[in-house]
Amino acid sequence: MTTATARISRPGHHAATPSRNARSRERALAWARRAPLLPALIFLIIVTQLPFVVTLIISFLNWNSLSPDKTAFAGLENYVTVLTDPDLRQAIFTTILLTVSVVLLSLLIGLGLALLLDKKFIGRGLARTLLIAPFLVVPVAAALIWKHALLNPTYGLINGILTWAWSLFGSATPPQLDLLSQAPLMAVIVSLVWQWTPFMMLILLAGLQSRPMDTVEAAQMDGATPWGIFRHLTLPHLRQYLELGGLLGAIYIVQNFDSVFTLTAGGLGTANLPYAIYQTFYFANEYGLASAAGVVVVIGTIIVATFALRTVFSLFKKEAAR
Amino acid sequence: MSTLTPAAAQGTPSGPTALNSGSPRRSSGKLKSKSRMDPTRNNTAAGIAAWLLALLFATPVLWMILTSFHSETDAATNPPSIAANLTLDAYKEFFGASSGVSPWPPMINSATASILSTVLVLVLAIPAAYALSIRPVKKWTDVMFFFLSTKMMPVVAAILPLYLFARTVGALDNIWFLILMYTSMNLPIAVWMMRSFLAEVPEEMLEAAQIDGANLLLILRKIIAPVAMPGIAATALICFIFSWNELLLARVLTGVVAGTAPVFLTGFVSGQGLFLAKVCAAAVVISLPVLFAGFAAQDKLVQGLSLGAVK
Repeated sequence: MTTATARISRPGHHAATPSRNARSRERALAWARRAPLLPALIFLIIVTQLPFVVTLIISFLNWNSLSPDKTAFAGLENYVTVLTDPDLRQAIFTTILLTVSVVLLSLLIGLGLALLLDKKFIGRGLARTLLIAPFLVVPVAAALIWKHALLNPTYGLINGILTWAWSLFGSATPPQLDLLSQAPLMAVIVSLVWQWTPFMMLILLAGLQSRPMDTVEAAQMDGATPWGIFRHLTLPHLRQYLELGGLLGAIYIVQNFDSVFTLTAGGLGTANLPYAIYQTFYFANEYGLASAAGVVVVIGTIIVATFALRTVFSLFKKEAAR
Repeated sequence: MSTLTPAAAQGTPSGPTALNSGSPRRSSGKLKSKSRMDPTRNNTAAGIAAWLLALLFATPVLWMILTSFHSETDAATNPPSIAANLTLDAYKEFFGASSGVSPWPPMINSATASILSTVLVLVLAIPAAYALSIRPVKKWTDVMFFFLSTKMMPVVAAILPLYLFARTVGALDNIWFLILMYTSMNLPIAVWMMRSFLAEVPEEMLEAAQIDGANLLLILRKIIAPVAMPGIAATALICFIFSWNELLLARVLTGVVAGTAPVFLTGFVSGQGLFLAKVCAAAVVISLPVLFAGFAAQDKLVQGLSLGAVK
């Protein structure tokens, strides 16, 4: 439909006297510029904004699809439940803990790896490729591998290595971990850190390689220590890359569903909000409550997103000058 | 979400120039010969550390591949049997030798959903990116941030209405509905990536072509396409990866007919008998397209994943 508007509004074909049509011509030009944008924009508004408005409406209803005749306006009741129900409150807490710890740990490890990869050494390309690999395993597959091949208490690789290492010293009683049942949230965190560290590393490595080397060399000439250079030159330069990586990572990890679903099925305090909402509407059929929880996630995301946009904007601004 | 505008984002003036200005005090400290490190020695240490960490990070992937070539009894031992005989049994099993459940329908569904949604994304995103970079609309930065803000809305906040809508119109378990969902999921990212790639087209060349009277089609073909093509390819590969990986939407919106590979994978573990080698084989097969796409896009991966903010 919009391609049709574009063709009609394309200037030149039906412009008669320029003096009279100057204004309409200008408008047509503006629409000709807008036309290529409109299909994407309209599509996105229909598929993302409209459903959210519906979610907002449902969140004020008392609606359980198992007893549809009891559907009624509920006011803020669902929101009160979201914030007071122990399970949902736990889910909010888990979401925050999961997101913050995964983002911080993967940023920290990613920074270390980026600093190492910034140096020249034999086989750097191959090492980089190996480091990217975790990010290129399908998340569900990665979660399954962590659950069954690595963390399984009886035959997982981690306990296998412990057994093997202890047997080297003649011990038949190696320590055996059971992260999945003893610290399930830790298991989720470890697998997510493993998967997201390459992402952080790539962004930080690009940041390191865009560092102006002349100032570093000047500082070296002036006798600055490596730590001093890192602290006063590298880190300030990397700040916005750290923010960018952290906030993009946060956007994805807040929404994480795959790992929680696969590794622990939301058991033992690992259910984050996406998983809790999925359960609330998919199994408990509490549509109103699930929607209210969804709105709460969006409010939380807006708070994070405001900071995220600010960061992206600062990087984006220099390019926008074009 | 749509309330987010760059006006809110304009607050911090933390551009890279502002950050760098307060750095090196040239006069501080005397030249100490000790601090000028021997570069070769330093690099060897860094190289060894990097290699050890790279191997540590790759171990789960390598272990997955190795285990997928072991027999079920060799796969589930403690300590691990690294040197056990290699076999293709797990792959034969995965492709339905005895269980009778073929992985092909979900894999074909995944391929259909990923490829078609990527094509749709490109059809929508390329013109949009053109209107945001080469001939930008007024307030194009606002539009950019609107696109980004839709990506920040968690899927769970929209999934119930989408599910109810699909159920009402009979689009549940329909691959086309999933394709539309994946298109909307990837469109904002694609617009951002693509804009950054199109912005690399040198302005002087565009102006020169226009002065020479080249029409739009010629400009698109001869000037924009050669510069933007690698970027478009990388964007397509990244969108393909995101669609191929997606679980939540597929899990809620599809069932027996339109189920995708990740959904198939979650229902794959029976819990009866030994299954580790089979799970590893399944994970390898289903991850292969992503690994190929990822390594193919490796050069542009960072620029793409950072939405064009990092070159």
